[in-house]
Amino acid sequence: MTPAISVIFFTTASGAGYGLLALLGLLVPFGLVPATPWFGLASLVLALALVSAGLLSSTLHLGHPERAWRAVSQWRSSWLAREGLAALLTYIPALAFGAEWLLARWPDPAAAAFGVLAAAGAIVTVFCTSMIYASLRTVRQWRNAYVALNFFLLAGFTGALWLAPAAQFFNPATWFPEMLALLFGLAGLVAKIFYWRRIDRTPGASTAETATGLGHLGRVRALDAPHTEENYLMREMGFRIARKHARRLRGMAVIVGFAAPLVLSIAALTLPATPALIAAVIAALLALGGVFIERWLFFAEATHTVVLYYGRAA
Amino acid sequence: MTSLPTPRPGGKKLGLVIDLDTCVGCHACAVNCKEWNTGGHAGPLPDYDPYGPQPDGVWFNRIHTYEAGEGETGRTVHFPRSCLHCDEPACVTVCPTGASYKRAEDGIVLVNADLCIGCKLCSWACPYGAREFDEDEGVMKKCTLCIDRIYNETIPEAQRVPACVATCPAHARHFGDLGDPSSEVSELVRSRGGYDLMPEMGYRPVNKYLPPRKNTCHAPALPAPATHNASPGGNPNGSNVGERLLAWLDRALSS
Repeated sequence: MTPAISVIFFTTASGAGYGLLALLGLLVPFGLVPATPWFGLASLVLALALVSAGLLSSTLHLGHPERAWRAVSQWRSSWLAREGLAALLTYIPALAFGAEWLLARWPDPAAAAFGVLAAAGAIVTVFCTSMIYASLRTVRQWRNAYVALNFFLLAGFTGALWLAPAAQFFNPATWFPEMLALLFGLAGLVAKIFYWRRIDRTPGASTAETATGLGHLGRVRALDAPHTEENYLMREMGFRIARKHARRLRGMAVIVGFAAPLVLSIAALTLPATPALIAAVIAALLALGGVFIERWLFFAEATHTVVLYYGRAA
Repeated sequence: MTSLPTPRPGGKKLGLVIDLDTCVGCHACAVNCKEWNTGGHAGPLPDYDPYGPQPDGVWFNRIHTYEAGEGETGRTVHFPRSCLHCDEPACVTVCPTGASYKRAEDGIVLVNADLCIGCKLCSWACPYGAREFDEDEGVMKKCTLCIDRIYNETIPEAQRVPACVATCPAHARHFGDLGDPSSEVSELVRSRGGYDLMPEMGYRPVNKYLPPRKNTCHAPALPAPATHNASPGGNPNGSNVGERLLAWLDRALSS
């Protein structure tokens, strides 16, 4: 599948934003990160900015961006509509949570309730995003349970990596976000490695023989293509990445997206305040870059059954 | 509504039966489809760079050619590919806006271009590559089973079939109601072993393909009398030239 930059940016940025929002909603009411109003303002603005930038970017690849509002009506059948609806609904408790946080004195039960609701909305939205891909039977690399797990863990990981410097800035003694980042990061890395093993080892159920129904005659080879030049199908769904390049990019995603941020997070726990803050910010930025590469590969390595008709494996 | 209509027992399922035994791979179906549909319900069907080095455009039929099998049993098969108007079309259910829909009355899968936001997810959900994006209009296009022909009372009744069916010179494409077990197309599917493409996907296509007939290395043995017995005159071993000439003429004309 052709990696569309707007969609990759969307899942990366909004994933981090929803991760941060969910962690704020769950941790602040329990006093696990500072509850000061300035921290609340800064971290919630950051979370909602990441989410909103991602959502806006996702409309860029549409043929009719001005009709994007229509995309929530079919939530009964469509994961894309569910995602749009969940994304919009999550703004309500998120903004209420922010307003309560800035105005209330902690501990505040209303803020806690809105926080938990915002977290639930964020988790549901990320799950719906992953299901847009995982529900497609046509792409074997997407049709597995690792996809939802990867999206969830990487949202938690990148969210925690942004929570860490924000919390440290207002209270240098905070250590909980870093611990969370380490936990989500390690789990995310393991899940990603299992995902790569799976897609490398599990062949698709469909072949040129089942696609044409001519398997009873023997092996099926494409002899003549229907058209001489590339068409929409091949441009959109016929993207190919060399195995060598994929290996190299997987290595980069592991180093930039996981190894470096994890080492920097451990460093941030041990360093004095200012260097720790710098290490935490670099860790968050590197992880975003690494997840961007990981998400690019998620598309680039995915093969669609339509290429079977054009004499290629899917 | 992108939720699928509740299937009714005995409900109409309009579709095509494509005979891979007789298809000659001439692309006439694709061309006539393009010609009709560029001015029809889903038109215009754009062409990009039509006279340049990389011509491209939206087509509802694509004709592939395959080799299947090896040696004497191997063969060349021409293979038209178009929308199969599936019973379980995930291209419809993934649509977030309700632009894609399956008609309850005849099972035809259509796109409402006024509601389509051009997210392309339906084309990702189709295993068969039946949907092509119109870059000019920013909406998805697909085969309509020529709804503007099959129900068109302004054209002669014999022409109320999809353009691809009307034009096929080898009579390899058949149109009818596959929901009716007594229809001609259902009978054809039964007698020729019509099958689904990628049944493992679970989309339950309505369109069926008829497999190429078994080939042999020899012409079939027909109960025809041997030519020398049937020859009206002339003996190939005859003594005079006239008799031998007649025998040769007879052989030449009857072979």
